[in-house]
Amino acid sequence: MNNSTPKLNIINKAPKRTLDIVNRGLSKRYRAERRFRLYGLLAIIASLLFLSLLFMSIMGNGYSAFQQTFIKMDVFFDPDFLRQESLATADYQGLVKNTLRAMFPEAKSRSDKRLLYGLVSSGASFQLRDLLLKNPDIIGKTRTVWVPADDDVDMAVKGNFERDALEGERRLKDEQMAWIAQLASEGKIQKKFNTTFFTAGDSREPELAGVRGAVMGSFLTLIVTLVLSFPVGVATAIYLEEFAPKNRWTDLIEININNLAAVPSIVFGLLGLAVFLNFFGIPRSAPLVGGLVLTLMTLPTIIIASRSALTSVPPSIREAALGVGASKMQMVAHHVLPLALPGMLTGTIIGMARALGETAPLLMIGMVAFIVDVPRGFTDPATALPVQIYLWADSPERAFVALTSAAILVLLAFLISMNAAAVILRKRFERRW
Amino acid sequence: MSSTTLFFVLLILSVIGYYLGRQRAYAVVSDVSGKKTLHSRPTYYGALVAIWCGIPALLLFGCWLAFEDGIITNLVVSDLPEQIRSLPEARLNLVVNDVKNLVNGNIVSSKIDPAMQAAADHYRNLQATSKVALGVVSIAIGILGLVVVRAKIAPTLRARNLVEQVIKYILVACSTIAIFTTVGIVLSVLYEAIRFFQIIPLTDFLFGLKWSPQMAIRADQVGSSGAFGAVPVLVGTLLISAIAMVVAVPIGLMSAIYLSEYANKKFRAAAKPLIEILAGIPTVVYGFFAALVVAPFIRDTGGLLDLSVSSESALAAGLVMGIMIIPFVSSLSDDFINAVPQALRDGAYSLGATQSEIIRQVVLPAALPGIVGGVLLAVSRAIGETMIVVMAAGLAANLTLNPFKTVTTVTVQIVTLLVGDQEFDSPKTLAAFALGLLLFIVTLLLNVIALRVVRKYREQYE
Repeated sequence: MNNSTPKLNIINKAPKRTLDIVNRGLSKRYRAERRFRLYGLLAIIASLLFLSLLFMSIMGNGYSAFQQTFIKMDVFFDPDFLRQESLATADYQGLVKNTLRAMFPEAKSRSDKRLLYGLVSSGASFQLRDLLLKNPDIIGKTRTVWVPADDDVDMAVKGNFERDALEGERRLKDEQMAWIAQLASEGKIQKKFNTTFFTAGDSREPELAGVRGAVMGSFLTLIVTLVLSFPVGVATAIYLEEFAPKNRWTDLIEININNLAAVPSIVFGLLGLAVFLNFFGIPRSAPLVGGLVLTLMTLPTIIIASRSALTSVPPSIREAALGVGASKMQMVAHHVLPLALPGMLTGTIIGMARALGETAPLLMIGMVAFIVDVPRGFTDPATALPVQIYLWADSPERAFVALTSAAILVLLAFLISMNAAAVILRKRFERRW
Repeated sequence: MSSTTLFFVLLILSVIGYYLGRQRAYAVVSDVSGKKTLHSRPTYYGALVAIWCGIPALLLFGCWLAFEDGIITNLVVSDLPEQIRSLPEARLNLVVNDVKNLVNGNIVSSKIDPAMQAAADHYRNLQATSKVALGVVSIAIGILGLVVVRAKIAPTLRARNLVEQVIKYILVACSTIAIFTTVGIVLSVLYEAIRFFQIIPLTDFLFGLKWSPQMAIRADQVGSSGAFGAVPVLVGTLLISAIAMVVAVPIGLMSAIYLSEYANKKFRAAAKPLIEILAGIPTVVYGFFAALVVAPFIRDTGGLLDLSVSSESALAAGLVMGIMIIPFVSSLSDDFINAVPQALRDGAYSLGATQSEIIRQVVLPAALPGIVGGVLLAVSRAIGETMIVVMAAGLAANLTLNPFKTVTTVTVQIVTLLVGDQEFDSPKTLAAFALGLLLFIVTLLLNVIALRVVRKYREQYE
């Protein structure tokens, strides 16, 4: 600005110079600038808000499932009930009922008794059976046992529905609420850490359901995926980066890989259904099929990551290896591949994490079945963790909402640790050439 | 011997082959002048023996396992009594299933008659024979390969070249899997879709306005005869995707702009990974979130405003899908904004533009083709997204553009048609494949266009 420029005190005069015009609009333009900046910030805040809302609602719903309500019962192992020869098939249900009747003698009528029996989970009788089979000496003696409460009782104890709601609007009757209060005052009802959740398979009873089966199913599926997709992906990347001539055929391969990366995952499920199940006749619901489908789905990710890892190895390394007389294959195997491996592994872990969270293709190949047993092999019927979440999310019982959220927390824990491993690997081996 | 054991036996055999081959290579030159006279290093001779010992045997093993079941079934069927063989195909399949269940000791659907028992025994016999034959033949091939190649080892044998040749073939074979996958997708989906279009004309499918895939199973059953007009399903898909885009594009684009143009390094380093977390969350989690939190919230808010909002409204599904796509849009836009040369910005600064004016009038127009490409990719993502809509959107195929109503999508219909019991010749199941074909074609087209747009743009500044 030079000295001849007049100070800007010309408000009532008509603007004549460009500078005046500019100055007049300036505050408006600055306001627009600030507004624009604010929009950007708001956009970021909005997405972070969504993120925290998501996590908070999942955690808020899920943490309670890690605890489970137990009821303390002094069970008298009545010899009349239990004959030595048929311990495995004895009437443990009756034993539980007897004990409950002894605890609450005031329940006389049939309907009262039925309400009373509803306090305790149907898993209690299995627990007594296991206890007895392990130690048959306790027949005729009284033992103190903590048995899981029914899911409605569990919900009531955790305060998940209104205690003062009208009787018709809650799952528990007034009598049951009174018994629960009585148990609580005697210290006979307690929340303990829910080990069932980590050791059991699926169940129709929320208090007996666990994620072990689903975690094992996911694990087996991922093993198949890893064993198939890592070698094939790396081999493809090596061929395309290091050996392939530039021609129509390799162009076709590249176009295919890029397109496959964007094909909706459910289409891979259709492929699995039509080819692996109906054509090759591999058993339904097996981790083997799931692994095959997820392999095809993750291959493009791994190939693309491996290729970029290979391109980041500088050509001088290749030239030096060739210069001292290595063959092309030796150059790749001894020099390029070891340097590119961390990058490839990072890409593979990220691909595996995505495969772990994938649900839709598994629905197509029958991994949605209700499976109680924990799978032991690659052809056993199994379900996967995300599919288990989907199944539980569809279940009507209130307790399954907590279980679903808890299963999501388990899934997220796995995903976070996998991604953290990828980040650490990248940080550790990242090299600037 | 189970097939797993056999597999490991073959592996062990080829490891033995490796050591024998290497040892042989040392032995061949021990009397002459030592290792130097060998063409390749001894390990390559070992590897050559291992390859010839293992690969043919394993290939045979794989093919055998793939075709064993079909061949045995055919043999058993051809030996069944005449009256069973003349049953229609569906009934025959049931019988074959029963025979297989008998073999595996599972529960059988009907009573066991002697013919079936005989067939089961026959099946079991054949299976046993096949198992023994597989074991003998594959091990024999392995040993044959081992012995022959080991005998051929001589100092002049170019073992390294041969081994590298084989490895190269393996690499080529791996790289063709991508092509086979595409071909597999196209063929499997197309084959079933063509069968569908033989029952339901293509024009009815593409232009029909009513979708209700429930078919009467028996002739006398009351109920719909099935209507397969894909228009309501497509409109539903587009409606939900459009809602998702309305959420994702402004938020994603603005956050990309803020992060790349305004934010300081620290803020960027903190906020960017946090936003990317949204991309890493499994879609089933979003679906649960939509069904549990967002849909009831929208329904209740709508109730307060005297709007009739369905509890499975398109708005809830679209909103959550939009959240899922935010990081996708933002990271792609970020790339394209960063790719705009600094010189363009500097030029605009020198003319006295403010930063937002530069962004709006210089950077965004320059990055626009890339951003459009990114948005197209995001649309194809939204159309193919499954779990969110399965869990939060409805099943009723309403032809409406009202976001508060329930609509259904292509992916939802595929899942509901295919999950559960299926018979493979009813139009109901085949319709899922027709929808799958439609989905594949639409997403493929979007991707091809998007990639072309992106590539063209990238070349502009390079």
